[in-house]
Amino acid sequence: MSLLDILLLIPAAGALIALVLPADNPGLIRKFTLFVSILAFLLSLGLIGPVGANAARYTFETDTVWIEYPAIRYHVGVDGLSLWLIILSTFLTPICVLVSWKHIEDRVKEFHVFLLFLLFGVIGVFVALDLFLFFVFWEVSLVPMYFLIGIWGHDRRIYAAVKFFLYTMAGSALMLAAMIWIYNRAGTFDLRLLLDMLRTGQLSFSAAEGFWLFLAFFIAFAIKVPLFPLHTWLPDAHGEAPTAGSVMLASVLLKLGTYGLVRVALPLFPEAARGNAPWIIALAIAGIIYGALVAMVQPNMKRLVAYSSVSHLGFVVLGIFTFTQVGLDGAVYQMLNHGISTGALFILVGLLYERRHSLEIADYGGVGTVAPWLSTAFVITSLASVGLPLLNNFVGEFLVLQGAAQAKFLYAALAGTGVILSAVYMLWLVQRAFYGPTPEPVRHHVTDMNPREWALVLPLIVMMVWMGVGPQSFLPAISAQNRQVLELVSGKPALQKSAQEVAHVR
Amino acid sequence: MQHLWLIPAFPLAGFLVNGIAGRRLPKSLVNVFAVGSVLLSFLWVLKVLSGLQPLEAAYTERYFTWIQSGFVNVGFDFMVDRLTAVMLLVVTGIGLLIHIYSIGYMAHEDGYPRFFAYLNLFMFFMLVLVLAANYLVLFIGWEGVGLCSYLLIGFYYLKKSATDAGKKAFVVNRVGDLGFSLGMFLTMLTFGSLDFATVFSRAQSEGASLNPQTITLICLLLLVGATGKSAQVPLYVWLPDAMEGPTPVSALIHAATMVTAGVYMVARSAPLYNLSPTAMEVVAIVGLVTAVLAATIGLTQYDIKKVFAYSTVSQLGYMFLGLGVGAYSAGVYHIMTHAFFKALLFLGAGSVIHALSGEQDLRMMGGLRSKIPVTFTVLLAAAVAIAGVPPFSGFHSKDAILLAAHAHAPWMFWVGVVTAAMTAFYVFRAIFLCFFGTYRGDAHPHESPLVMTLPLGVLALLSLAGGYFDVPHYLAPLFGGEHAPHDEALVAASVAAGLGGIFLAWLFYVAAPSLPDRIANTLGPLYRLVYNKYFVDEAYDALIVHPIRDGSRALLWSLVDARLVDGAVNGAGAVVRSAGAVLRLWQSGYIRRYAAWVVLGSAALVAVVAFWGGNR
Repeated sequence: MSLLDILLLIPAAGALIALVLPADNPGLIRKFTLFVSILAFLLSLGLIGPVGANAARYTFETDTVWIEYPAIRYHVGVDGLSLWLIILSTFLTPICVLVSWKHIEDRVKEFHVFLLFLLFGVIGVFVALDLFLFFVFWEVSLVPMYFLIGIWGHDRRIYAAVKFFLYTMAGSALMLAAMIWIYNRAGTFDLRLLLDMLRTGQLSFSAAEGFWLFLAFFIAFAIKVPLFPLHTWLPDAHGEAPTAGSVMLASVLLKLGTYGLVRVALPLFPEAARGNAPWIIALAIAGIIYGALVAMVQPNMKRLVAYSSVSHLGFVVLGIFTFTQVGLDGAVYQMLNHGISTGALFILVGLLYERRHSLEIADYGGVGTVAPWLSTAFVITSLASVGLPLLNNFVGEFLVLQGAAQAKFLYAALAGTGVILSAVYMLWLVQRAFYGPTPEPVRHHVTDMNPREWALVLPLIVMMVWMGVGPQSFLPAISAQNRQVLELVSGKPALQKSAQEVAHVR
Repeated sequence: MQHLWLIPAFPLAGFLVNGIAGRRLPKSLVNVFAVGSVLLSFLWVLKVLSGLQPLEAAYTERYFTWIQSGFVNVGFDFMVDRLTAVMLLVVTGIGLLIHIYSIGYMAHEDGYPRFFAYLNLFMFFMLVLVLAANYLVLFIGWEGVGLCSYLLIGFYYLKKSATDAGKKAFVVNRVGDLGFSLGMFLTMLTFGSLDFATVFSRAQSEGASLNPQTITLICLLLLVGATGKSAQVPLYVWLPDAMEGPTPVSALIHAATMVTAGVYMVARSAPLYNLSPTAMEVVAIVGLVTAVLAATIGLTQYDIKKVFAYSTVSQLGYMFLGLGVGAYSAGVYHIMTHAFFKALLFLGAGSVIHALSGEQDLRMMGGLRSKIPVTFTVLLAAAVAIAGVPPFSGFHSKDAILLAAHAHAPWMFWVGVVTAAMTAFYVFRAIFLCFFGTYRGDAHPHESPLVMTLPLGVLALLSLAGGYFDVPHYLAPLFGGEHAPHDEALVAASVAAGLGGIFLAWLFYVAAPSLPDRIANTLGPLYRLVYNKYFVDEAYDALIVHPIRDGSRALLWSLVDARLVDGAVNGAGAVVRSAGAVLRLWQSGYIRRYAAWVVLGSAALVAVVAFWGGNR
């Protein structure tokens, strides 16, 4: 059993154990879940050294038969692409436990079981190297999120949960169909085997076949991202989800979509990916601008942050489909950045909600006077979100836009307007919620952060600074793996443009 | 190693101490950390510069790789050359004086430690900006000073006008920053690097073989960034509103240092601009248009800070004119002298406002000459400096720019001279309205304390004599011998314009005070057009801000999102509703039932697959 297997086992085992803990002792369940999730986080840190040493290959690989026929394998491994996404998931889970400490009082046991089950599902997706296994984990991650929204959500939680479920299921159905098609052609679900067969010519898809298969995967992933115009489930899901649900949804679940694009869709269908890049990029840029514009006019804080996610994830998709090293590195880095800063935004909005019991921006104002540190944390997070240098998002946006400029200068010019608009909606939110005179209900209810809340906000802020000042702690592993992806996509060594080659690009 | 990093590190430490613990510290300790950190920074600059003299080649320190990906490799590197040296001295020197002044000015304000924390943070970013050895590190400082500007404009955060102005400054600057970013991307693609040394040496060695259109585009995109930060047409609109911030902020950030960052950046990029006569011409014309436009507005304003704000916009236009006609060192020279006299004008205005308990309207002042004589004296020194009266500081730098403009195109010189006359007029108009005649307000004016008047005195000396720091000579190795021939007649013309402006101001506001109203009435619509700042803000609101906001709400959110996309999803809407009904039944049950469903479902899935497999 490798470290990775254990890491996968811990949340699953934790969920099962939590299931038999006495339901009338919520304190015990909370502490147990916190312990399990911190344990998972610490273990996941053990991946960094071995994977970083050779990030372009799979480390901690386990490959055994799960089901004889159809040939489904328990094939897992971790490389530079999945490494940080796994750690992001384990990093955020204890924070989600802490943020729910006081907030979740109803059905405490079930809540924490679902949370651990969710962690199990997302780690599974990030490590699965067998398409069917990938699909199973994909579905496993869907179920707990459905219940997190549907049970512990706000007033319209059922509508939001069902919408979330149906949207994602529609994508899943397409993906499953495509997988079965591939299996019928190749006789295996194993991703590496498939790639080997494609490289040696044992397996090849006709242009039409490649297009439709790519499209099926692409739509499944695009819904999860979500890419404009498939995004309308997201504001509802976020608007209704409890804080921990929003954090896991925004920070981790959305990344399953972009991760799937890089891990599955691009390597398996390089021609189709290249051929369809122009309209995908158009949708990504449309989403960047559209998401920002609609975020600007939202009266509800969580919906505002949700639409901002549509905009931010547009940058990720744009970076992926530039097929440049810089753009792809930026895209993967931006997945992590978005996880940190948007997760923090949802947490801070959650803290406000716990105090004032409203998500309407109009119900706030002058929070800065009564809760200066909470406001400071919110402003720092907002600045990270709008891409201020020395904070995390800047590095990702810079690389994505540089890659976009390398692909086509116009892409960078258009997508760059999203950076202007992000300042508009975030600063306007800050102004309306935190500045100005303090209305009586805010003065009465809103207090500053307590030690527990500090403990969950401070690590996120530390990460924002670290990822902004020292991206080289993270980027080399990402770059190494992305080089492989690009070699697959371009069919030749990655676009390592030297300065000379680039000189007369325009 | 000269440890250049210590220069910004001192104020950063001051920011952290006062930002985190300031509220629990006594005021005296807050002062020690805030002012002490800037003093240390200033002393370290002196030590570094004296150690590096004569500084004929750039001195670089490389700290660590910041971002490496593909062909992008950006280091966290600092660099000092003679241009940096001038900027470092101006930023830390003026910064120190303004920090000291603020002790007195802000003494009775709430949020005292917060103010100094922000001010220190500003010093940190401004020093990173001028020390940067590549465009991306410069951009750290560039965005960072913008952030501090935002925070300090909105310092009185209970006031909506203040937070509005802060937001406006940030957003308008972001528009410029997009231009700057695109310029960087294109630089990176063209030269494979963002390092100043690499980019400029390649620009110089391969100048002829580079695509001239690409270079022009890079320069114009960088200029867009500069028009944002340095408040040039068409992005100058944020600066007058920025006067909502406390007056020391207006002096430090919105007059002496931050707003000159665009000028500095263009001067820094001189090797690129030299390859593009088109871009140079655009720089000159943008500068000239801004200088004239802002000066005309300055003629009519009654808020003393607004007068000086438009004056800043106008003087920055002068600097761009200098850059555009190739007189980079003259432009930088004017950065320095302007920092002296404009910081003094603002701090002096602050002293007046302080004396009148917050009054900023010139119509409510008058006759203050005898009541606050020190403030009067120093403001007079600043006024003669900006009006270009020889031999004071503004005279030297302005003439260097105007003579170079004449060598480039005589008409630019003459437009510049007319602007100089307007400059002298509006500054002395403010002086006369404020200090002459009889007092029209009802406060009890009192002179400011020594902690405020001392920095004023130092700045007054610099305003009067600072022109003798021969910046153009010092920078000649960097920008080449660009000196326009000295022409006594031209100098006389510009001096005469300045003196004429002063005389007219005296005539209008001392000798015949009824004249201005009569002229305003005669000119009618024209006067109202200028008085209302050409309605530029209103036009931007009507043409850009409102359509975007209302369109997003009505068209995108309500129509596209709610009707079109969700309308399409509503095909599945019936399913949604019935599923919702089923779920509501489930809802009453215990969670074990959900878990059971999940387990059962998974088991069924596995069983089906396994069974299917077993059949074979």
